[in-house]
Amino acid sequence: MRFAAPLAAAAASVLFGSALFVFLGLEPLAVLRTFFLSPFRDLYSIGELSLKVAPLALCAVGLAVGFRANVWNIGAEGQLVLGAMAGGGFALAFPDAQGAWLLPAMFVAGALGGMAWAALPAFLKVRFNTNEILTTLMLTYVAGLLLSYMVYGPWRAESGYGWPESEPLQAAARLPRLLDGTRLNPGILLALAVAGAGWLFVARSFIAYRMEVGGMAAGAARYAGFGRGGMVWVGLLAGGACAGLAGVVEVAGTIGKLRETISPGYGFAAIIVAFLGRLHPGGILLASLLMGIFYVGGEAAKVSLGLPTAIIGVFQGMLLFFLLMSDLAVSWRLRWRARRDPVAGA
Amino acid sequence: MPELDLVLAIAIATLGAGTPLLLAALGELVSEKSGVLNLGVEGMMLMGAAVGFAVAAESGHFAFATLCGVLAGAALALVFGFLVLTCRANQVAAGLALTIFGIGASALVGAGYTSRSLPAREAAGASFVADLPVVGPLLGSLEALTWLSLACFAAIAWFLYRSRPGLVLRAVGDAPDSAHAVGYPVIAIRYLAVLFGGAMAGLGGVFLSVYYTPTWVENMTAGRGWIAVALVVFASWRPAWVLAGAYLFGGVTIVQFHLQGVILASQIFSMLPYLATIAVLVAISRRGEAARRLAPASLGIPFHPER
Repeated sequence: MRFAAPLAAAAASVLFGSALFVFLGLEPLAVLRTFFLSPFRDLYSIGELSLKVAPLALCAVGLAVGFRANVWNIGAEGQLVLGAMAGGGFALAFPDAQGAWLLPAMFVAGALGGMAWAALPAFLKVRFNTNEILTTLMLTYVAGLLLSYMVYGPWRAESGYGWPESEPLQAAARLPRLLDGTRLNPGILLALAVAGAGWLFVARSFIAYRMEVGGMAAGAARYAGFGRGGMVWVGLLAGGACAGLAGVVEVAGTIGKLRETISPGYGFAAIIVAFLGRLHPGGILLASLLMGIFYVGGEAAKVSLGLPTAIIGVFQGMLLFFLLMSDLAVSWRLRWRARRDPVAGA
Repeated sequence: MPELDLVLAIAIATLGAGTPLLLAALGELVSEKSGVLNLGVEGMMLMGAAVGFAVAAESGHFAFATLCGVLAGAALALVFGFLVLTCRANQVAAGLALTIFGIGASALVGAGYTSRSLPAREAAGASFVADLPVVGPLLGSLEALTWLSLACFAAIAWFLYRSRPGLVLRAVGDAPDSAHAVGYPVIAIRYLAVLFGGAMAGLGGVFLSVYYTPTWVENMTAGRGWIAVALVVFASWRPAWVLAGAYLFGGVTIVQFHLQGVILASQIFSMLPYLATIAVLVAISRRGEAARRLAPASLGIPFHPER
C-alpha cells in the first residue's frame, strides 16, 4: 500500500498533464510519447537520462535522512552549488595537477563544501532554534550569487570569449566517459553507492533509528533521551554532503567547468523525489528515474514540439500535489456520507 | 534643500520596494493567524505577477490585470487549501509543492512575455497629495497600490484585534477545538484565511511585475515570497512589526541597489536581503520561548473535527 500512492500520483500527473497539453493545443499522445519514450530511444539518450538521475538521486538520498527526522533542509540546491564551487575550485587551484588523487580530492572538497553550507543552518537551528526552512533557502540564493560573483570575477577565463565561465577543467579533473557514443559517466555509480550506504544507514544504524523516532513522535524521542540537536546536525550535514557530491558530479562530469548555472533545479526537484520515493533509498532511485525522464523528455519536447521547459516545473509541482492527495486515500478510509465531513475515521 | 530631497527620495523608494513584501506578508499573517502555515507564497506571488503582466500586456487594462493577478494567487491558494484543509496533508510539503508548481506555471504563462513592455499608463497616485508643498511631488509619485497596502495594514490590524470576526479567526488559530465546540466552522474559516493570503500574495506579485518594474522575468520575485514568510516570523505575528519589517527590507533593497557598482561587485550586495533575513530570524529566535509563545498555538497542525 505504501507504494500505491506514488504510482497513483504519477498516473494523475500524466492525466492532468495531458489535459494541459490539449489546452496548449498539442496532441497529448504525441507529447507523452516524446516525454516517456525519447529518453529510451537510443544508447545516447539513456546516457543522458543517467546524467539527470545521478544528481537527483544523490541529493534526494541525503535530504531523506533529514526529512525522516523532520529536519526540513530545502536548500540542497545551494549546497549543490557550494559543492560544485569547492570541488571545481579545488581543480582550478591546482591547474598542473595530473595525478589520480585529484578527482577523489575534488569529491572530498565538494562534500565538505556542501556540508559547510548546511552547517550554518544546523548551528542556528540547534543554538537558537532558527527555522531551518528559511535559512537553508536564503543560503541557496546567497550560494547562487557567490557562484555568479566568482565566475564573473576571479575565475573568469580569458579564453571564454567574454562568457562568465572558468577555464575548462584539466583532463585529470574530469570524470571519464563509460561508454563510447554517450556522455555516461561514473556519477550514476556514485549515486547507486550512496543510495546503498543510505539504505545501510537507515536500516541498520542506531542514529537513524533515533532520528526516525524523533520524526514520528518527538515526545517519545525526548522521553527516551534522544537529543534533538544531534538529529539536526546529522540530518543537515548528510543532505549537504550528498548535494555537494552531486555538485562535483556536474562540474567534473557533465559540464567540465564552472559557469553561472550548474544545476537546472536538481536540489529542489530532489525534495519531490525524496517524498515520491517515500524517503527510502530504493524508492528514491525509482523516483529519480521518473524525475529524470521528466527532465530528458521535457528537453526533447522543447526541441521537437516547441514546448517551454517550464512544463517540467509544472509536472514536478503536480506530482507532489497528487502524492499528498493520494496519501490521504491510502492512509484514510474514505466514506461518502450525506451530511458529514466526507473524510471520516482513521 | 537637496539633503531633504534625497532623504525623501530614499524614503519614497523604500515605500515602493517594501510594498510587495508588505502585501504578501500581511496575507501570510492572516493565514497563519488562522493556524495554516502556507510556504507557497513565492509561487503565488509569481503566478500573480505572470498572470497580471500577461493580462495587462494583452488588454491594456491595468485594473483588470490587477484583479486577474489577485485571482490567480487565490486560485493557487485554493489548491493549497484543498490539500491541507480537506486532505489534511503536511502543510510544509504542500507549501513547497505550491511554490515549485507556481514557479513552473508562472514561467509557462509568462513564456511569451519576457521581452514585452506594457502600454503607457496614466500617472499614478492621488492627485490631491501631489499638490502638497515639499513632499507633494514625491508622495504623488507613489503608486495607488502602495496606498492600498497601507490601508490593508490598518484594516488587518483593526480586524484582527478590534473586531469580532478577527477574534474568531485568532481563536481558530489558537484553539481550534474550542472554536469548533462553540460552533464555529473551523475549516471554512481557515479556507477563507488561506484564500485571502493567496489574494494578497497575488496582489504583491502584480505590483512587482505590472507597476514596480514593469517587466516579466522568470522567477522575478527572487525570494520575496520567502522573505515575506520570514517577515511574519520576525514580526512574531504582530501586524505593526510586519509593516516595520517590510520597510526595513524595502530599505535594504534600496541601499543595495544604490551601492551596487560603487564599491565591490553587484553580486555581493545582492546577497544583502537574504543575509539580512537570516540575521533577523536569528535575532528573533534568540528571544526563545517568549517569541514562540506569540505564535498561533495550532500553527501547522491539521484540524480533525471528530476528535
